[in-house]
Amino acid sequence: MNETNDSKEECSRQDSERELVLPGDFITDGKFKAGSGTYMDGGKIYASTLGIKSMRSDFVNVVPLSGQYIPKVGDQVIGVVVEVGPSNWLVDINSPYPAPMHINEAPWRVDFGDTARYLKVGESILARIFMVDEVKHVQVSMKDHGLRKIQGGEMVTISHSKVPRVIGRNGSMIQMIKNYTNCMIIVGQNGRIWIDGSAEGIENAVKAIRIIDVEAQAVGLTERLKEFLEGTQKGKKV
Amino acid sequence: MGGATTNLKLIDENGMRIDGRRPDELRPLKIEAGVLKRADGSAYVEWGENKVLAAVYGPRECHPRHLQNPTQAIVQCNYNMASFSVSDRKRPGPDRRSQEISKIISEALEHVVLTHLFPRTSIDVYIEVLQANAGTRCAGLTAASVALADAGVPMKDLIASCASGKVENSIVLDLRNEEDNFGSADVPLGIVPRTGEIVLLQMDGDLSVEEFKTALTMSTDACYKIYELQKDALRRKYCVAPAEIPANMGASIPAQPPAESAGEGNDSKDDAANDQGGL
Amino acid sequence: MSEEAISFIMRDHIHKLIEKNQRADGRSREEFRKVTVETGFVNRAEGSAMVYLGDTRVLAGIKSQVGEPFPDTPDKGVLTTNAELIPLASESFESGPPKQPSIELARVVDRGIREGQAVDFKKLCIKAGVEVWINFVDVHVLDYDGNLFDAANIAAVSALKSATIPASRFDKGADYPFPMKHVPISATFVKIAGHLVADPSFDEENVASARLTVVTIETGNLCAMQKGLGGSFSRAEVEKAIELSLAFGKKIRAQLFQM
Repeated sequence: MNETNDSKEECSRQDSERELVLPGDFITDGKFKAGSGTYMDGGKIYASTLGIKSMRSDFVNVVPLSGQYIPKVGDQVIGVVVEVGPSNWLVDINSPYPAPMHINEAPWRVDFGDTARYLKVGESILARIFMVDEVKHVQVSMKDHGLRKIQGGEMVTISHSKVPRVIGRNGSMIQMIKNYTNCMIIVGQNGRIWIDGSAEGIENAVKAIRIIDVEAQAVGLTERLKEFLEGTQKGKKV
Repeated sequence: MGGATTNLKLIDENGMRIDGRRPDELRPLKIEAGVLKRADGSAYVEWGENKVLAAVYGPRECHPRHLQNPTQAIVQCNYNMASFSVSDRKRPGPDRRSQEISKIISEALEHVVLTHLFPRTSIDVYIEVLQANAGTRCAGLTAASVALADAGVPMKDLIASCASGKVENSIVLDLRNEEDNFGSADVPLGIVPRTGEIVLLQMDGDLSVEEFKTALTMSTDACYKIYELQKDALRRKYCVAPAEIPANMGASIPAQPPAESAGEGNDSKDDAANDQGGL
Repeated sequence: MSEEAISFIMRDHIHKLIEKNQRADGRSREEFRKVTVETGFVNRAEGSAMVYLGDTRVLAGIKSQVGEPFPDTPDKGVLTTNAELIPLASESFESGPPKQPSIELARVVDRGIREGQAVDFKKLCIKAGVEVWINFVDVHVLDYDGNLFDAANIAAVSALKSATIPASRFDKGADYPFPMKHVPISATFVKIAGHLVADPSFDEENVASARLTVVTIETGNLCAMQKGLGGSFSRAEVEKAIELSLAFGKKIRAQLFQM
């Protein structure tokens, strides 16, 4: 799945000024399009969410620093099964919207009533948002390459708005963490991140992600993170 | 409101009030954003002797389900006073006054929250008065707005709120307890600062139309000052100093920088697809 | 959807850490979090205390008024304990009348105070058989990250110890400090993966099978205990919990009350 426009924006902003805006703050006059996190009133564009202002050639948006994850079709997410029904499972995707998964969208051939055998309450899955309607009824699917039940390891939850920062430009940030910690890491767009590896590797990967979570908008984050990760290697060199 | 009499001189010939304030002066006001861990957003306000905490959960699944609105989020505010917040202990639980205040604050907030972005959900706002000294509904609404912004809830603007009233023969800003109990009118106001729209308004007592207009102007001017304090509170929370590890990160973070650069760390240029797909 | 859907991954991870005598915040199994107390937070109350136990935050306030004694204790004051698990503190708390968890919390805190003889009730008598001081301990949970029992107990006891009977306000003479005798301190443990774990965080409580609260006084005696949740403890675990509770009580009394 490709990065969204938003995360491209976020990442290339690493070098430019980070201006914090608050709801109601004036952003610009008319000729721009009002993107997410903004609204238009009387020909002017204002911020609607607390976040970082981003101005492109023809539109402006505000990247939120907090807020709920609102599912979009195509998003890869990490979910936890919270209910099992005869023909579907109800999946918590860390969003205001619960996400059912119908047995037709499971990667196995499941008979009606046999659902608990494949997925139980408490199990975690890597899934994709496959439907969102106008009133935000959401459905997930596991019927895609790479989607599966996930087990073991550790799960970390961060604000979904920080996910692009954890991934980094062209995946560079997450790759750096993987390299230093030798861990398998899967990042869900809904802010859940799964990590597996050695106990020490997992611990360092979690700390690295927490640094990004807390300092997502700070300048010099990449260098800071690299410093931390290099520090974890100290004492391993012979 | 009104009716009670006192020997206290609430306002003297020079216009000075019992706590030394001028008629148009606000009590000292401090606002802090993001003070609670569990809530999605929160704010704490100390306003005169008022101590008010606000927390926001949501947007989240709407319970009870029959209250769900298929086209937008509902904003449910619950205003509550702690038993020990007032002179005579208050029995726990909502009373009629709290329910009325909850309603009018919900309605004020509904006007600015972009509810259409979150159909079928509920945005729950809780206001807890820990210590009261008149003006708690204004302090509550002021705190709630900051808590909503802290929670990342999209809004047209914050709401600033303040009350004015009449004490002896003067219109005064931001009544304290004695002025509220022994004065003759109280006008709480809540506005959307960017547009000037009035979203909370109550009045009780005895005022001429001119006096009411004076009170409104006085409160509105104060709301703009309060707005700046609200924004300042949010900015202070969100402008993080670069490269600082928070204290609760755990014991084993290496303290010294590495002596040499790491050999590993080939940044292979995978695109995000590989990262999201697994190893 | 609640963010707190408990996954096996989270449960198994906590179990793995506990097996190694480690926890997510770096503590060992038998370690309690740092306790910070600020008394006098609410000046309208006769006494108050804001307690921080890790990220759990609890505020207790004491209010007093004049009233009739109970017929069977004509020369003793009255004390009632109430706990509010307000929805502000956690998405798991609902509004409405107190449910069983908040009632249990209030009763256990109250038991510690009453059975621990914390209060000298005879010194709360104004005129025997006619008028005594009626006192309310109200505990408000403001932020929930586990272990409300200990946070609430410390808040209630700290609030009482710093309170003043407002006699002058009611024309009953001069104000005087709230009459205290003993200092009951509570210590709570849970069972996770077969191990005894002290002062559980929110996540740890969610994967715990049983809970035990032990309240001790400074003489080294026990005054209250409460086992909760559906699992069980062995006798050895109970005795271990008592030992750790006595140590914690001693440490807290020294830290907060210089005892």
